[in-house]
Amino acid sequence: MTPPYESRYEPWDPARGSEIIAEHAKREGATLVILHALQEAFGHIPEPAIPMVASALNLSRAEVYGVFTFYHDFRAKPAGRHVLKLCRAEACQAAGGDALAARAEQKLGIALGNTTADERLTLEPIYCLGLCATAPSAMLDGRLIGRLNEARIDAIVAETQR
Amino acid sequence: MTLRLYVPRDAGAVAVGADEVALALEQAAAKRSIAIEIIRTGSRGLYWLEPMVEFATPAGRVAFGPVTVAGAPALLEAMTADGAHPLRLGLADEIPWLKRQTRLTFARCGVIDPRSLDHYRAHGGYKGLKRALSLGPDTILAEVTASGLRGRGGAGFPTGIKWKTVAQAMADRKYIVCNADEGDSGTFADRMIMEGDPFLVIEGMTIAAIAVGASKGYIYIRSEYPHAVEAMNAAISAARRAGYLGRRTGDATRSFDLEVRVGAGAYVCGEETSLLESLEGRRGIVRAKPPLPAHHGLFGKPTVINNVLSFAAVPFVLTEGAKAYADFGMGRSRGTMPIQLAGNIRRGGLFETAFGVTLGELVDEIGGGTLSGRPVRAVQVGGPLGAYFPRALFDTPFDYEAFAARDGLIGHGGIVVFDDSVDMAKQARFAMEFCAIESCGKCTPCRIGSTRGVETIDKIVRGERVAENRAVVEDLCNTMKLGSLCALGGFTPYPVMSALKHFSEDFGPAPTRLQAAE
Repeated sequence: MTPPYESRYEPWDPARGSEIIAEHAKREGATLVILHALQEAFGHIPEPAIPMVASALNLSRAEVYGVFTFYHDFRAKPAGRHVLKLCRAEACQAAGGDALAARAEQKLGIALGNTTADERLTLEPIYCLGLCATAPSAMLDGRLIGRLNEARIDAIVAETQR
Repeated sequence: MTLRLYVPRDAGAVAVGADEVALALEQAAAKRSIAIEIIRTGSRGLYWLEPMVEFATPAGRVAFGPVTVAGAPALLEAMTADGAHPLRLGLADEIPWLKRQTRLTFARCGVIDPRSLDHYRAHGGYKGLKRALSLGPDTILAEVTASGLRGRGGAGFPTGIKWKTVAQAMADRKYIVCNADEGDSGTFADRMIMEGDPFLVIEGMTIAAIAVGASKGYIYIRSEYPHAVEAMNAAISAARRAGYLGRRTGDATRSFDLEVRVGAGAYVCGEETSLLESLEGRRGIVRAKPPLPAHHGLFGKPTVINNVLSFAAVPFVLTEGAKAYADFGMGRSRGTMPIQLAGNIRRGGLFETAFGVTLGELVDEIGGGTLSGRPVRAVQVGGPLGAYFPRALFDTPFDYEAFAARDGLIGHGGIVVFDDSVDMAKQARFAMEFCAIESCGKCTPCRIGSTRGVETIDKIVRGERVAENRAVVEDLCNTMKLGSLCALGGFTPYPVMSALKHFSEDFGPAPTRLQAAE
């Protein structure tokens, strides 16, 4: 199934995958470095890449799969066109983050951790962006947003629906 | 004459519009043909005033904040005329909130261009390394030990002793690892210093390398901090070009190089052995200790692993001498602590001060109470694994031992303020829930205990056999505290137990709690 929007990411290509793997394979403890690089290129960790990483690093497939599943950052499939991460940690909770998260969920019709049906937006919790003195905070496609309030949440949602 | 402006590039300032303000100032200047030069600095840490813009005058740098895009043209006007403006804060160095601090580690943060090695050196940078090279390893170790510096990541272990252990270990290869996996909510000092004064971290790690005889260092930065990753990478490249890293480390005989590694969203990787596993390319599963990382660390080699702030404190110790550092502080907590005021707080930010300041001074006087204007009900000190303190404990001095004596911890120095609308049973439940999400799964008390904790607190809130279930939570907490392998399972009981102890009235069926809050 093709996503309705042109992706920022390259489609999976084994030759490109091996090139990325080979570029980092010589580094000490390279697994995370390679997984980050693959996700940067393809938007997720394509399943066929796992045995390729394992073979390049002389690890078992299970070991690489284990690393891939341990870390929250690595995706099994691409996220929506936009990714909105709302900080759900204590400093943002203290500043009214709970109500803002509920508002975002309600406006988008999805719970945290999900992607809208039209694949426009993935809404995720994040535990601390280090912007705790300008809480509540969020990250939209890598852009940091502090002093979130209802109006800003609404504006973000509107922006991602355009 | 060119007007020189300073606008932070710190992520916290950028999140509230610093980039847009810089652009608006440039456009306003171009429109009116005013020659300006904008220097992007780190943040001074007065976040309620961000974006804070400064401009150079013969008397010093004058600050304005919080500046908006719309206000940029009028601001530029006020600066060219050096005239009055509603946001004018006076000389930056004279702002009382800043003046009251003792900035040893953060002396340059917000002042210099973090990308400029020249700025760093012009403001005293690399003097510590120079002196370290003249002293030699044994004297460096003696200085760091005498300074009384303790690990700023939270555990508070004496840095000098850790380094000495690594120095004495025999190995063909040793490592210096900087723990920049600052995952605690309410803390941002590591991020600020990496973005605002990255050469300081590099200098501290280089001094450690000379002291213990290490040749390679890693800075493990969490993926949630892309700005810090960029700043550290830029600084490492600059330091390498200038000969401070790479084959020579300020002299011809030593070699030390650094590399940034990026985490992948696992909170537990802030635990040192889990971080080492992650650096080695594995799941961040905690290792049993002993062996200590100092003996058997990264790739099995002797490793110094310290927090960003520990390394960042070292150049001062070497430049000014151990005594100059140890003269600050109280009891066994020597020197200064960069304290971070966060959450529902009027004046949040980075407040570096000598140990000994009380929690009440920090929250009420310095922080100005809540942003919402409602009464402060609870503060969580030391991140998600730190205790919740009520106002009754506001006389606690900021000191490792004083907090421990009251069943709390200072951790990484973060203070999160909550007003009276907080539901402490919900916060206790969150502590357990967070532990369950982030547990690496290696030890049973943490893996199972946290999930059972969530379920049991839910029962209490539903009013099911409250007394019995409170006893279950207490028992669970004891098991987690005594039986967990690392601080994640071991310290999650702090927020839970402190909430139960100090805010007992919140733990009951919801209707009672709502009535109590009225």
